[in-house]
Amino acid sequence: MLDLPWDFTAIPRFFPGFYAAALLTIQITFFGILVGLVLGLVTGLMRLSTNKLINTPAKAYIWVIRGTPLLLQLMIIYYGLIDLVSVDRMPAAIIGLGVHNGAYIAEIFRGAIQSVERGQREAAMSLGMTQAQAMRRIILPQAFKRSVPPLGNQFIIALKDSSLASAIAVRELLLRARQMGSSTLMMLEMLMIVGIYYLMMTTVLTLLVGRLEKRLQVSDYRE
Amino acid sequence: MIKIRGLHKWFGDLHVLNNIDMDVKEREVVVVIGASGSGKSTLLRCINFLEYAQKGQIFIDGVEANAKTRQLHKIRADVGMVFQHFNLFPHRTVMGNVIEGLTQVKKIPYKEALQQGEDLLKKVGLSDKADVYPAMISGGQKQRVAIARALAMKPKIMLFDEPTSALDPELVGEVLQVMKNLALEGMTMMVVSHEMGFAREVGDRMIYMDEGCIVEEGIPEELYKNPQHERTKTFLRQIL
Ligand SMILES: Nc1ncnc2c1ncn2[C@@H]1O[C@H](COP(=O)(O)OP(=O)(O)O)[C@@H](O)[C@H]1O
Ligand SMILES: [Mg+2]
Repeated sequence: MLDLPWDFTAIPRFFPGFYAAALLTIQITFFGILVGLVLGLVTGLMRLSTNKLINTPAKAYIWVIRGTPLLLQLMIIYYGLIDLVSVDRMPAAIIGLGVHNGAYIAEIFRGAIQSVERGQREAAMSLGMTQAQAMRRIILPQAFKRSVPPLGNQFIIALKDSSLASAIAVRELLLRARQMGSSTLMMLEMLMIVGIYYLMMTTVLTLLVGRLEKRLQVSDYRE
Repeated sequence: MIKIRGLHKWFGDLHVLNNIDMDVKEREVVVVIGASGSGKSTLLRCINFLEYAQKGQIFIDGVEANAKTRQLHKIRADVGMVFQHFNLFPHRTVMGNVIEGLTQVKKIPYKEALQQGEDLLKKVGLSDKADVYPAMISGGQKQRVAIARALAMKPKIMLFDEPTSALDPELVGEVLQVMKNLALEGMTMMVVSHEMGFAREVGDRMIYMDEGCIVEEGIPEELYKNPQHERTKTFLRQIL
């Protein structure tokens, strides 16, 4: 037997000690995605407006957020704005992740909305619907369905990106691993534990999205 | 019912409608023919304000409307439109498609809308398909649903843009039959179609368009037998 410097029996032993941190990871991700979905829908619709006053702010937001690192965005919210408003770390992490994902989700929604055939809007309008009614009743339901696969992908990215909250002292999985690694001197083991946690969570998420996709296909109908 | 005066429409530099004057009287069935690209669809789309003409006037039931008209959607509700590619709402059942305008635009209670929907589906011979999604029915059935959906709004006029040209030949008849029944009931209709049988049977007038202009018009039988213009002759020879 090779004499490895690691003690992998520590993995099951310390595994339960990460529950609380995993819960924080889930919370940041969940609420971050929620904020992102709302921002993304609003921004996506604004981006599609033909009115410059409306689409320019949306374009600017997407441009800035997609063009700078999430880590920087989190630090600006947590450390940078501290003189202006003091934001707690959890809200800062959620806002940061939400604002970041909002830009990507906006582009997902925009693409999905644009992929709905022009004739759908025309048929709705020819029945006498307003633009808003056509959007809400006819275009968005079809667009949402088409957004499910790319959104699932984005959610998985968001889950993994939540680890960056460790940089603003949120004791989510990654920070917990580093702290435990230092105190137990078993860094690799602790990092492997959070690796397993992440893998479990992304697997569950992937399965959920896959099932949702299947469910949506049952009522499928494409012409 | 519809009065059009001096209508011009450009797409960029392309002059798609060139000084169109025309009227459609109440209960009249006007058939529009013309080569692909001659502006037939654009004319219909302008009447329904899915496109805006840059110049000229459109009166619907005596009321002038244009891009600046407020509540244009209310005018659209009075003008039914049937599209070449049906444009059914794929996420709604057949019944859902038919009652969408009733519940959303006319704000009729759901139960009442359902009753009207049943009558409409019966009229187009699709009572048994009410709960099916559009993907599950044939092209001819789709187009009949689309007609029922437009009729639900009780429009003052129905516009048909090549309603049978995307259909397999054996499905054309069932759609034309529904349209003939409508014409016999006195519906005012403007139909872009090269179905000569339909035009001669129920058409009151036929209009031949070329390069955005109305070249010639007349009673279908006469226009067909005895076209006055060289261009009309050439065109009719091509399609017959
Ligand atoms: N949205 C559009 N943008 C630019 N050109 C268009 C558009 N719609 C139609 N056209 C052009 O206008 C002309 C007339 O088109 P259309 O009204 O569809 O003719 P038809 O229905 O008689 O075949 C064609 O040359 C077509 O390419
Ligand atoms: Mg056409």
